[in-house]
Amino acid sequence: MSEQRQLRLVVNGEVRTGQVEPRKLLVDFLREDLGLTGTHVGCEHGICGACTILVNGEAARSCLMLAVQADGAELLTVEGLAREGRLHPLQDAFWEHHGLQCGFCTPGMLIAAYDLLQTNPTPTEEEIRAGLSAVLCRCTGYHGIVRAVQAAAECLRGGEE
Amino acid sequence: MKPSPFIYHDPTSIEEALALLQHYSGDAKVLAGGQSLMPLLNFRLSAPTALVDINRIAALSYIQQEAGQLRIGALTRQRTLEFSALVREHLPLLYEATTLVGHLPIRTRGTIGGSLAHADPAAEYPAVATVMEAELVVQGPKSQRILRPEEFFLGYLTTALASDEVLVEVRFPIPPPTSGWAFVEFARRHGDFALVGIAALLDAEGEQCRRARLATAGVGPTPVRLRAAEQILEHEGLTEQSIEAAAVRAAELVEPQSDLHASTDFRRHLTQVLTRRALRQAKARSQERQG
Ligand SMILES: Cc1cc2nc3c(=O)[nH]c(=O)nc-3n(C[C@H](O)[C@H](O)[C@H](O)COP(=O)(O)OP(=O)(O)OC[C@H]3O[C@@H](n4cnc5c(N)ncnc54)[C@H](O)[C@@H]3O)c2cc1C
Ligand code: FES
Ligand code: FES
Repeated sequence: MSEQRQLRLVVNGEVRTGQVEPRKLLVDFLREDLGLTGTHVGCEHGICGACTILVNGEAARSCLMLAVQADGAELLTVEGLAREGRLHPLQDAFWEHHGLQCGFCTPGMLIAAYDLLQTNPTPTEEEIRAGLSAVLCRCTGYHGIVRAVQAAAECLRGGEE
Repeated sequence: MKPSPFIYHDPTSIEEALALLQHYSGDAKVLAGGQSLMPLLNFRLSAPTALVDINRIAALSYIQQEAGQLRIGALTRQRTLEFSALVREHLPLLYEATTLVGHLPIRTRGTIGGSLAHADPAAEYPAVATVMEAELVVQGPKSQRILRPEEFFLGYLTTALASDEVLVEVRFPIPPPTSGWAFVEFARRHGDFALVGIAALLDAEGEQCRRARLATAGVGPTPVRLRAAEQILEHEGLTEQSIEAAAVRAAELVEPQSDLHASTDFRRHLTQVLTRRALRQAKARSQERQG
């Protein structure tokens, strides 16, 4: 084992600390050291998007970051989306509109959709499809996911579903 | 653990980073956005002794307007460029190309300097730097060099950067306000690297063309400036016939390789189709801005 580094960061609103080898990927730190297994690991080279989390408010691949790079950062993972026992509107909409089957892509899909809607609260269907191309789903055929994001966008804008 | 072990440094100044690179004399890698380097480390295709992570060097991240140029720090994130009003206003071609680089979560981390230093032949930024005649500011331990894209991009994933040098800034001349631009590409899936991309920049008045510039992505080891096609437009103006002639000429000027993704013939065909599209769009935008 080579040198270890201390890190301190905020994950889903809580201060967390750890000690890692510099080569440890952020996604492995989340899953193995913090026990936050909601974030999934697929391809480990940036393609599939299953590991997408929010880093300082912006979606990023946690398989393409070292844990040490997140020292001092604020992260949000899928576990942090629900508030006070209530699902986030995106999660509700995925449930309602069959936005998932096996669920493997879902954590990354939700975070990518979250970032899409915060940068573009009124996306067209085409923009949703382009935005969600950041995450691969092998099950749903995407239609349910697109409908879920449309519904969530409406809900987040305060409209009626 | 995916990557093999390395010594990790995260300097906070350019001087420190340069000293570290010099210390490891070729056995250290600069880590910027990591969107190309991390996959290589995860696959152990790259196993450097040390990583010099430049993400904590705040002085490498900025967008400044100066002397008729936009000067962009190498560590500026692609996402920052996408949402920058200065870029939108003065370098709409760079903006358009940015939206084609991977996906938003990739652009959150990926940097302009990393994309240029990585020099993927299919990447958008090298073509944009080439077509805009950008200046690449390279800092070494003792001195600074300013390179033209033709001097910077040497081959497949190969640049003029020495192992102890860092790309620190990219300077884009701001085109005249009535210029037209377009970045068009063909990719198999949204966000994938393009099979072929064409960047076009026209300085035009009506159908007259003072300067035409065209550069490619994906049809050779480095971006290709299509000078002979540009000249057709400068001599004959921006008519449908001259645009067609330039597109045909563009396809003759490139020497694309066959690979898993596309054959030589298909890439040549795409070069012609995309050049035509890019020129039509650039012309329309220029006319729109001339009112
Ligand atoms: C799923 C996916 C899709 C992608 N799609 C596209 C696409 O469509 N188009 C595209 O252009 N790119 C694409 N990329 C690549 C992405 O844009 C990267 O951001 C870019 O290639 C490298 O930038 P980076 O900042 O991440 O650099 P890094 O990965 O950190 O570094 C890349 C290389 O450049 C060197 N380097 C970095 N910065 C400097 C510097 N300032 N000075 C000297 N050397 C330096 C590093 O040592 C390394 O060798 C994609 C990536 C992924 C994961
Ligand atoms: S595991 Fe990170 S993108 Fe696939
Ligand atoms: S629900 Fe199975 S991969 Fe998307």
